[in-house]
Amino acid sequence: MSLEKALTDLRRALGPHNVITDPADLLCYSYDATADVPTQRPDVVVTPESTAHVVQVVKIARQYRLPIYPRGSGTNLSGGTIPLRGGIVLATVKMNRILEIDPANLTATVQPGVIIQDLNNAVAPYGLLYPPDPGTVATATMGGSVAECSGGLRGLKYGVTRHYVMGLEVVLASGEVIRCGGKTVKNVTGYDLVRLFTGSEGTLGIITEITVRLIPAPQARETMLAGFARLADAGNTVTEIIQRKVIPATLEIMDRVTVEVVENYAHIGLPTDVAALLLIEVDGIPEVVKYEAETVREIIKKNNGWVKTAENEAARENLLAARRAALPALAQRKPTTILEDATVPRSKITEMLLALEEIGKKYDLLIGTFGHAGDGNLHPTILADARDEDEMRRVRAAVEEIFRVALSLGGTLSGEHGIGMAKMRFLPWEMGASGVNVLRQIKKALDPENILNPGKMVDLAQEEEQK
Amino acid sequence: MSLLNGMAAVKEEIIKCMKCGNCQAACPIYKELRLEPAVARGKIHLAGMLAGGELKAAPALAERFALCLTCLACTAVCPSGVKVCDIILAARAALAAELGLPFAKRAAFAALTQPKLFRAGLKTFARLQGLAFRRLAPFKMKPRFPLGLEMRRVVPPLATASFLDRAKEKYPVEKPLARVALFAGCLNNYVYPRVGHAALHVLQANRVEVVIPREQHCCGAPSIYNGATGMAREMARSHVDIFGSLGVDAVITMCGTCGESFAHFYPRLLEDVPGYGKKARELARKTTDIARFLYRLPLDKGNLRSLDLSVTYHQPCHLGRGLGVVKEPVELLSGIPGTRYTPLKDPARCCGNAGSFSLSHYHLSYRILGHKLKDIAGTGAQVVATGCPACKMQLTDGLTQENMSQEAMHTVEILAHAYGFAL
Ligand SMILES: Cc1cc2nc3c(=O)[nH]c(=O)nc-3n(C[C@H](O)[C@H](O)[C@H](O)COP(=O)(O)OP(=O)(O)OC[C@H]3O[C@@H](n4cnc5c(N)ncnc54)[C@H](O)[C@@H]3O)c2cc1C
Repeated sequence: MSLEKALTDLRRALGPHNVITDPADLLCYSYDATADVPTQRPDVVVTPESTAHVVQVVKIARQYRLPIYPRGSGTNLSGGTIPLRGGIVLATVKMNRILEIDPANLTATVQPGVIIQDLNNAVAPYGLLYPPDPGTVATATMGGSVAECSGGLRGLKYGVTRHYVMGLEVVLASGEVIRCGGKTVKNVTGYDLVRLFTGSEGTLGIITEITVRLIPAPQARETMLAGFARLADAGNTVTEIIQRKVIPATLEIMDRVTVEVVENYAHIGLPTDVAALLLIEVDGIPEVVKYEAETVREIIKKNNGWVKTAENEAARENLLAARRAALPALAQRKPTTILEDATVPRSKITEMLLALEEIGKKYDLLIGTFGHAGDGNLHPTILADARDEDEMRRVRAAVEEIFRVALSLGGTLSGEHGIGMAKMRFLPWEMGASGVNVLRQIKKALDPENILNPGKMVDLAQEEEQK
Repeated sequence: MSLLNGMAAVKEEIIKCMKCGNCQAACPIYKELRLEPAVARGKIHLAGMLAGGELKAAPALAERFALCLTCLACTAVCPSGVKVCDIILAARAALAAELGLPFAKRAAFAALTQPKLFRAGLKTFARLQGLAFRRLAPFKMKPRFPLGLEMRRVVPPLATASFLDRAKEKYPVEKPLARVALFAGCLNNYVYPRVGHAALHVLQANRVEVVIPREQHCCGAPSIYNGATGMAREMARSHVDIFGSLGVDAVITMCGTCGESFAHFYPRLLEDVPGYGKKARELARKTTDIARFLYRLPLDKGNLRSLDLSVTYHQPCHLGRGLGVVKEPVELLSGIPGTRYTPLKDPARCCGNAGSFSLSHYHLSYRILGHKLKDIAGTGAQVVATGCPACKMQLTDGLTQENMSQEAMHTVEILAHAYGFAL
């Protein structure tokens, strides 16, 4: 009964209240927000309260050869937190302190369990902002979003999580604790480990402390809603705005299928007689905002669209909240929402939109498309019912075709949701065998025993079997 | 969907949850515990396993489903439109049917179905309560020894004369604007009878004729929320009989939870009971919360005296999210001359009472209340108005323990005061 012994050791190291073993409780850690992936119950869930606790968990896991599955809020969309091989789920929810806000250096240092929105609420009184803004900003943890390198609604102008992570504390698979990066604006000491761990999806180390860059909150902003009768007009508007050298903070699209369900949930008067809506926000210095908003309006009109401006903060919040609700709102239509994240260079956005329409027709599937149009990052969401096997076969074929099209347009498999277990087998399509091999070498160097989130990103176990 | 069809009836509802986790941002219990089984997504997953037979009924599982305030906050933010509360109640009912209710709850609910016995029992208790409780102030007391209640908890005494003891059956007025029946509800009847008298006062001051059926009893909410659906149906049936034949314009409730029983649950409980479906829907349609009724009347503002009062408002979950009564109480309060209304930052956040939840999970309930108390302190108001006696009890407990000066009152008490009712 080595599991019993491991549990005893875990209880001793973390205190019994941080070791969860009730079968019903464990079942609640067998899934995340990903559709159409297997679920698996872990053997135990631990809720460490400190880096020292995390080190203890790693040591015990190594001793008893149990895998560790790091978990924040479990909102990722690539099966990243599912404990495929049982073992230990390490939930960071109790490591949720904001350790420091440093207005002189424009940084904040947090534990991984801090919710993104809570950080933003804490820095707002300083006139500061942490820009990464995934749709789950009110639920996702800093640790989870760093591990996924999340993007979100402000990617176009402000970039994604990796552009804000300056320093990390990481517990390695060996149980050692390292720190990389820090508060300095410049740092070329050694390889860029901060970037390596950002987006590593819990496969290379457990992040226990994060120092992020903050920016001064914009003085002014203008938020607009534009409607189009043709999908191509919406796509061309996106491309043209950027060609005209206006970089909005937010440039989001929702197609008609999406708009209908979102309006049904939010009741904020979104028009449903459109092929697509664009949600556009420009921000910055008031004069610039005014000029940019004018330019945007001009481009919309030129592309046969109409435009409305949010009159106040409440109206703005409503629009953003409605957009954030897009994915779960689509579940009103059908229970299984297979969302993709393929991303293309932004000049190809119209081509991608039209290709998605075609794929939907070809496979006789209902697809709701929304996403970060300005980033070339669309989220075509196939609405299906997992109980319908024939439909699910068509879904999987359509997904493959979506990837093929995206890659042929010079794009990528995943813009922001990560590889996890959902997209692992497609990696060679984009990276080639040699590229995937580099990932393997990195994984082996940092986690030779394959205990950190095994079965995700690159599968070392498969290799072992093949030997 | 009938509430009695068990897990089968909520299967589609369960499948609708796509596990986005948005409920984490809304759930007051998750905010405290941050554990997945505490949040809707986790419980829906468990309900799915229970419905599919992969999980067996067990006390530990029942405990997971007990860990829900039924505050509807998750349902309100669920973009997929999952009716979380239906799933929770179905699971509680399924588990109660297999495991039975814990003895204490069973005894209490059985008593509630026997109104006469229950009344007699409570009356005896009202006389003897001094033996068990230490009085702090006229309307507050603490347990003298553990009674299954937390020792620090401040509870109101039972009134020596309940509202229904004192109230007459009919209050005719000249040229009535409307005729209504008043439903007291247990907490208002036995603990806060002043609320009933206040409502009567305001209704009469506005030329509304009131009838108060003597045989009325518990609305059945404790049974509904604890999975004793059979008992709940009996109570629903009896109230349809009692209130259905009065020919009144409205049936007035003074508690969001009672209101939801009448307006939302009775039709579903009685859907399949021959001869009752239509009557239950009719009763549901007539059921109106006191604040909404007065707001729509509209009130005769001529007789209102000025009250020099700063007031804030706590929105009860079942009244606000449940019945959609949101603006009415606030409008009524701000309409009283001299009254300054300051909103809470988060008026709709659950106070943590949730009926028997505050008995079974007192510490957690009090932690949740803590956020509300902080919010109240921030407003500088003298009085916290609310529309639910259970919230009032919870707020009073916290305000007293934290030595805060504010008093919690039902909206209609404040309104009655402005009509000259002595508090
Ligand atoms: C409705 C909806 C909208 C979304 N919108 C967006 C969006 O706009 N943009 C976007 O990029 N994503 C989006 N996502 C995906 C998801 O919300 C993000 O990836 C989020 O940042 C994950 O955070 P989490 O705390 O839930 O992480 P989890 O799901 O718990 O974990 C994510 C990954 O990180 C690993 N991990 C977690 N904590 C640690 C740690 N401390 N150390 C090491 N590894 C760790 C886990 O093992 C897992 O692989 C959305 C998801 C949903 C359901």
